[in-house]
Amino acid sequence: MVIAAIAIARIHDLFAVVMLTGIFSLLGAAAYVVMDAVDVAFTEAAVGAGASTVLMLGTLALTTSKERPAPAKNVISALIVVVFTGVVLIYGTLDMPIYGDPMAPIHHHVADHYLGKSSAEVGLPNVVTSVLASYRSYDTLGETFVIFTAAAGVLAILGQSRLPRRHHDQEDSEKGMVSSPEKSKGAST
Amino acid sequence: MRQKIILRVISKFLIPYILLFALYVQWHGDFGPGGGFQAGVIFAAGFILYAIIFGVATAREVLSATTTRVLLVIGVLLYSGVGVAGILLGGNYLDYNVLADTPIGGQHVGIILVEFGVGITVAASVITIFCTFAGRRPEEHEEEYGEN
Repeated sequence: MVIAAIAIARIHDLFAVVMLTGIFSLLGAAAYVVMDAVDVAFTEAAVGAGASTVLMLGTLALTTSKERPAPAKNVISALIVVVFTGVVLIYGTLDMPIYGDPMAPIHHHVADHYLGKSSAEVGLPNVVTSVLASYRSYDTLGETFVIFTAAAGVLAILGQSRLPRRHHDQEDSEKGMVSSPEKSKGAST
Repeated sequence: MRQKIILRVISKFLIPYILLFALYVQWHGDFGPGGGFQAGVIFAAGFILYAIIFGVATAREVLSATTTRVLLVIGVLLYSGVGVAGILLGGNYLDYNVLADTPIGGQHVGIILVEFGVGITVAASVITIFCTFAGRRPEEHEEEYGEN
């Protein structure tokens, strides 16, 4: 994953970058499987490696597949910010319990109740599903609305351009000289 | 990409199984890993594969823009409708225990309906987002894919 991340940062060919992000997600999914989080791994493989890669390819097809080289400015201040953030994050992890520690607080808040009672209260063998869809139903409802909003937003911004372009131009020219041709082009793209 | 016969045949062979697997993940999510979210994405992936190989316009004949938009809304409404049904039957919002005779049966019905709602919304959103991106400049789009 580290190699993939470094390669993503270094490579300028965006097509290769998109492929590498897909590989990165797939490796992440494999890591989740190693940690026994099969449901999360499933989602990561389907969304991260599948759907988002396709969406990024679609974007590349609309734009260009070459990264415009940005002039290097303020390298030192950027380095300081990155190192500082990294040190703070690592300092934050020092307090965390060891991975898999059964006495960790996160395993004793509501997890005991979910693991112990869910087969009696919900009756499903997959505790992840009963937590997601029953105990945490409000959260999942919220997530569904987030996805709905995302699609609605994309439709609101990009869905317009499905109309024939000429129609727009006619409308604009009919309105008069208020909007210059460049302006109307910018509005419809 | 429509001319590439290997891609066409293989994807025609694969797409039914992808859709079938999505349905399996959807309805078997209670017992194994998976659920509405994953199922929706897999279903959408099968559809997107079809759209990439055969063109967005052909894929849109199968599921029109209006259909996906309606499905988008149906999924969310199904989820929230289950919650409202809980209120009408005398429970709290999204309380599944009252949906059937026994609490466990009610949980089962509620979870399956809710997951189905999530699945519909996710599939419809991913398809919608892809098609709005891909359908913008179709000629250019196909050329780009053809090169790769």
